[in-house]
Amino acid sequence: MEKVRNYTLKVWRQPNAESKGAFKTYEVKNISTGSSFLEMLDILNEELSEKGEDPIHFDHDCREGICGMCSLFINGQPHGPEEEITVCQLHMRTFSDGATITIEPWRAKAFPVIKDLIVDRTAFDRIIQAGGFISVNTGAVQDANAIPIPKQNADLAMDAAACIGCGACVAACKNASAMLFVSAKISQLALLPQGQVERKKRALAMVEQMEKEGFGACTNTYACSAECPKGIDLSNIARMNREYFSAAISS
Amino acid sequence: MSLDSKIPEGPLAEKWTKHKFNLKLVNPANKRKYDIIVVGTGLAGGAAAASFGELGYNVKAFCYQDSPRRAHSISAQGGINAAKNYENDGDSVFRLFYDTIKGGDYRSREANVYRLAEVSNNIIDQCVGQGVPFAREYGGLLDNRSFGGAQVSRTFYARGQTGQQLLLGAYSALSRQIAAGKVTMYTRNEMLDVVIVDGKARGIITRNMITGEVQSHSAHAVVLATGGYGNVFFLSTNAMGCNGSAVWRAYKKGAFFGNPCFTQIHPTCIPVHGDQQSKLTLMSESLRNDGRVWVPKTVETAEKLRKGEIKPSSIAEEDRDYYLERIYPSFGNLVPRDVASRNAKNICDEGRGVGETGLAVFLDFRDALERDGVETIKAKYGNLFQMYEKITADNPYKTPMMIYPAVHYTMGGLWVDYNLQTTIPGLYATGECNFSDHGANRLGASALMQGLADGYFVIPATISDYLADMPYDKVSTDHAAFKEAEQEIKDRINKLLNINGKRTVDDFHKELGKIMWEKCGMARNEKELKEAKVEIQKLREEYWKDVKVLGVNEELNMTLEKAMRVADFMELGELMVDDALDRNESCGGHFREESQTEEGEAKRNDEKYTYVSAWEYKGDDKPAKLHKEELVFENVKLTQRSYK
Repeated sequence: MEKVRNYTLKVWRQPNAESKGAFKTYEVKNISTGSSFLEMLDILNEELSEKGEDPIHFDHDCREGICGMCSLFINGQPHGPEEEITVCQLHMRTFSDGATITIEPWRAKAFPVIKDLIVDRTAFDRIIQAGGFISVNTGAVQDANAIPIPKQNADLAMDAAACIGCGACVAACKNASAMLFVSAKISQLALLPQGQVERKKRALAMVEQMEKEGFGACTNTYACSAECPKGIDLSNIARMNREYFSAAISS
Repeated sequence: MSLDSKIPEGPLAEKWTKHKFNLKLVNPANKRKYDIIVVGTGLAGGAAAASFGELGYNVKAFCYQDSPRRAHSISAQGGINAAKNYENDGDSVFRLFYDTIKGGDYRSREANVYRLAEVSNNIIDQCVGQGVPFAREYGGLLDNRSFGGAQVSRTFYARGQTGQQLLLGAYSALSRQIAAGKVTMYTRNEMLDVVIVDGKARGIITRNMITGEVQSHSAHAVVLATGGYGNVFFLSTNAMGCNGSAVWRAYKKGAFFGNPCFTQIHPTCIPVHGDQQSKLTLMSESLRNDGRVWVPKTVETAEKLRKGEIKPSSIAEEDRDYYLERIYPSFGNLVPRDVASRNAKNICDEGRGVGETGLAVFLDFRDALERDGVETIKAKYGNLFQMYEKITADNPYKTPMMIYPAVHYTMGGLWVDYNLQTTIPGLYATGECNFSDHGANRLGASALMQGLADGYFVIPATISDYLADMPYDKVSTDHAAFKEAEQEIKDRINKLLNINGKRTVDDFHKELGKIMWEKCGMARNEKELKEAKVEIQKLREEYWKDVKVLGVNEELNMTLEKAMRVADFMELGELMVDDALDRNESCGGHFREESQTEEGEAKRNDEKYTYVSAWEYKGDDKPAKLHKEELVFENVKLTQRSYK
């Protein structure tokens, strides 16, 4: 039989971007250890709805750890205590019975709160728009096997491409730096032959946009990579710096 | 109104090429005079919006998520099919076409499916060009694996996250067009209606999900790419936000709905853990390449397992029933999804299911681990194994996975002609939201293929044929048709907010899902379908009297968003039941208990049901009208599908 547990939740409530937020305390009871963290919040929200209180708003969608929508800062850690997973994959068996759990939104100047635990991450989209692509029109390509790519490079590109754009790296960083996110895309494309033509332009444009959005600088704390649900490697940041500086010098 | 599928004349292999030549073109300088709306930014929508932008059209793209990169295509794990024949194992466009037609149990159009197979190769080229990091061999060339329903290896993949990589490819192309000013992107915006002016689709009504503002958007054509409606079952592998509202609104404005009852129940999902479950998680079909499906031979052993008295590893080889390998020796564990799902259900109905609930079967990697070693298996499925362990707290390297079927995909959707146009001129449907290519059952790794085929290659070609005849004039959003549609939406929102009932939206949704799953799910019969129809009608009536929707419109209000989606599901569910009742044959994922072979396999009735059901909305109080598009097969012979 599955066990059930009770928890005390301290949740950040903020009606909208303009208002000031505050923590509010809730008790949740009889939560199955097999439930996911978000299912636990669903249960609380059902109870709040029944009582006529506004449910806690949080972003979520696929609930399979891949869409990057869910974004909760739990007990001081983005996506909670478990390694290499998103909140939607976090299960209540991780938390002991009677525990107090603090839930906050991502906190960063570039990610303003929209409501409760939901933040605006469109800054990430704008960084990709600045250069996170290969300029190839539909149909204007050669056969997929025309350019062999060493497996090692393809694998490294895939490692970097695994980024889900959730923003945990920014939330984890004391400077709210987006270097891990930006470097993952720059690395993916820099590692592939298809990405070579626009390599310099891309690094310059994406870094410039990143700074414009108000993300902080990197001071090598490495919290980003430690908290990344997809284990994006720090070496991507080093690669991005190389890409950026060599582009800056030669342009 | 009669259905014209607009299938081009001529031999199968030449239809698309010839058709493309015959389609009218819009000259490059004139393209900028046309506005196109694209709703949804998954593979179909993202690819279409990007391609339209590249061609020079003005595009407005919409998604309900906070970024176009999050559309549910991202969750597709296993791969994408293409007839490249890089493996030299006898693949060809015709074979991919044949497998897809057969896999769909002969309920799809030959011409559409052939075109899909034909452009599949272009898709792989396109994605590689965009920098999609597909898996490669040591020689640097692309790697392939096998999927259900095929005896060749034609599936391209990027670890267990192919959908993510393909979507990010489309998203990067879309981002480029946004930066170029050709696409205006509206995130956190939900489409609530389509607007018809003089019989043509000329725009949509949306709700800004942050401010609650109801807005009108005008264009020369509207392309829907809004995905499937599997969430009508409450529990499914779809994302929480996936909904059928866009297609349902289009249906109510005159677009016919094709084969609504064709639902795919995916065999390899993580079993339900209890009442608190909010959604189901898929484990990729690719696992069936190496995992072997089994249950104990006897009910007694299964009972001991369920009680936890014995462990799966302690069951001797001769006491295990590898039932898929036993019943289907030639396809074994790689039978198509509908067959695998139905067999799992039968086994559990016999009392041989495992897990606490008895609603699960084993998917065992023991033999593959022994044969290939942990490292090889980890390289292939590492992230899937990790996901499984996080959710169930079981380690699949040590103990077999447990799986059970779950709602995954809807083959049904808006009826479209060969040009992907619905019965409303100027309104197109692409990807999962149309009915077109998968018949009664979709093969694995074909959803990604269809989404991108429609988005990159089909719709950019066919839409010009329509636009070429359209005047450049724009319709003002002050036009009465827009104002009326806006008002209807506002009234609907107010109505929901003012019911002040007792039951929550989720509570209703769960009840609807239960009716659908039990009576219009993996097995269907006349009696239960008729019961379901009455139950849904009753539930819907209660919904509009007793649902509790809190808050106001003018703010981020997730309860309100959901309430509108569930209201549409309440109607859509009934149409699915109507369609399932009409089709008194078993085909693909649609299994009517009245129509089965002696061995319990799905039995088609080609004489009576070789048609696409296209339902026309006739009013809330009137039954929908069924139109039939007869399917003509000139290139394949209809046979009883056999995977033995």
